[in-house]
Amino acid sequence: MANIDEILERLFDHLRELAPPGVVLDEETDLIGTLGLESITVINMVLEIEDEYDISVPLNELSDVRTAGELARLVHRLTKET
Amino acid sequence: MPLLEPLRALSRERQRFLGREDQTDPFGVPVGAVRSATEAQVDGHSVVMAGTNNYLGLTFDPDCVAAAKEALDDAGTGTTGSRMANGSYAYHLDLEAELADFFGRRSAIVFSAGYLANLGMIGALVRKGDVAMIDADCHASIYDGCALSGADILRFRHSDPDSLERRLDRLGERAASTLIIVEGIYSMLGDRAPLAEIVALKKRYGCYLMVDEAHSLGVLGEGGRGLAEEVGVEEDVDFIVGTFSKSLGGAGGFCVSDHAELELVRFASRAYIFTASPPPSVVASTRAALHILRTRPELRTRLWENARHLYCRLREIGYELGPEVSPVIAASFDAPEEALSFWRRLVEHGVYVNLVLPPATPDGRSLVRCSVSAAHTTEQVDRICEAFAALRNE
Repeated sequence: MANIDEILERLFDHLRELAPPGVVLDEETDLIGTLGLESITVINMVLEIEDEYDISVPLNELSDVRTAGELARLVHRLTKET
Repeated sequence: MPLLEPLRALSRERQRFLGREDQTDPFGVPVGAVRSATEAQVDGHSVVMAGTNNYLGLTFDPDCVAAAKEALDDAGTGTTGSRMANGSYAYHLDLEAELADFFGRRSAIVFSAGYLANLGMIGALVRKGDVAMIDADCHASIYDGCALSGADILRFRHSDPDSLERRLDRLGERAASTLIIVEGIYSMLGDRAPLAEIVALKKRYGCYLMVDEAHSLGVLGEGGRGLAEEVGVEEDVDFIVGTFSKSLGGAGGFCVSDHAELELVRFASRAYIFTASPPPSVVASTRAALHILRTRPELRTRLWENARHLYCRLREIGYELGPEVSPVIAASFDAPEEALSFWRRLVEHGVYVNLVLPPATPDGRSLVRCSVSAAHTTEQVDRICEAFAALRNE
C-alpha cells in the first residue's frame, strides 16, 4: 500500500499537467486558490486517481478538500479502508 | 470575506469576459416577438431559434394553446398550493394517469419542474449511507439532488461501462443500496448513454437504475418514450424521470415507475411537498402535447431529418461536433472568448443558439450548441447551415 508521501508525489505528477508553468507544488498548495483549477478539473483528476489506487472517492468528501496534502490524506485513508 | 464579495467577483469576471456593455450578453439576452416555435427577435435581429430544446415544435400548436386557454377559464391562473394541500386538481391526476399509461408503468408523479423531479426523486430514494452512482456528465439537477440527499456520490467516466463496473465492484454489499443515474441523451453533446451495458451491470450487481429522459422523450424510440424504449430495456429501468419543458413545450417534470413505493415519494419528497403544483393551463397544454407525441410520429421523423441535415452539413463544413447524429448538435471551440465571438456573429447572421462554457461542458470545451426542432423548415435549417458556413470563411 502506498504511503502518504508516495501518494503526494503522484498527485504532484497529475497537478503539474494542470497547473500554470513554474508553480512550486507542496503539501499546502491550494488546488483551487493557488493553482486556479476549476473544481470540475479537480474532480476529473480524482477519476484518474481512483483508478490508480482502486478506490472510490465520494464527491461529498472531496468538497472538504482544499490542499494537495488534504487530498493525499483522503486518498491514503480510502486505500486503507478498501 | 464580506458576504457579497463572491458575487462582486462574479460581476467583475462577467464584465471581463463579456467586454463592452453594449455588446449582447448571451446569458440573459431578451428574446422578443416570439412569432412561432422557430422564429423570434434577439437583440434587434430576426432570428431562427435553434437553441430551444423545442424538439417537437409544439409551443404554438393550436391544440396545446387551446387546451391551455380552456384550462385558464376553467381553473384559473394557478393552484397556489402544494400537491400535499390544495394543489392536486383533476388536471394533475389525469396527466399522471396518462403518463403511466404512455410509459406502460404502474404509476407516475408530476413535479413542478424537471429540476425538481430530479431533486425530489433522488432525495426520496437515497440517503446517508446509500450510494448515488452517476455518470460524470450528468445534469446539474442530478448533482444537486445527490448533494441534498446526503448519500455518497460516486462518479464514473462519461458513458464508460468499464469505469462503472470497477466502481460497482468496489462497493461490495453496498451495491444493493446503490442508485445508478444516467441520461437518455446528454444535453451538451447529444450523445446517448450505453444503456444496454449499464442495464447488464445494474442487474449483475443488484443496483437500482434511474434514467433521465429529459432530452430523449419524444425524440427516441418508436413510441417516443426515450432511450430505454429504443434499446428495449424499459422493464429493467426502475425509475424514468423527465421534463415537460422540452418535447412537450410546457414546464414541469415527472417520474414513472413500476415500484409501488413511487406513490410514497409523495410523502417523502421535499421538492414535491414544499412547492406549488404546476398551473392547470400548463398541465393542460402538456396533456395535449403528450397526446400529439403519441399520435403524430411523423413529427419525430421530421425532427430526425432536420437533425441529420444540420449535423452532416456542419461536419462537412469542418466543425468539431459531438460523436453522433442527434437533435442536440454542438460545435466545439478551444477558448470561451472564441465561442462568445462566434455566438454574437451567429445572432448577426440571424441564428440563435446556446452558448455553453466550462465548467458546464465536458472536457473544458466551449460549445455553440444547436437544438433542432421538428418545426424547422428545410429553408430554416439551410439558413442555419449557411450562417455557420459564412462564419467558417470569415
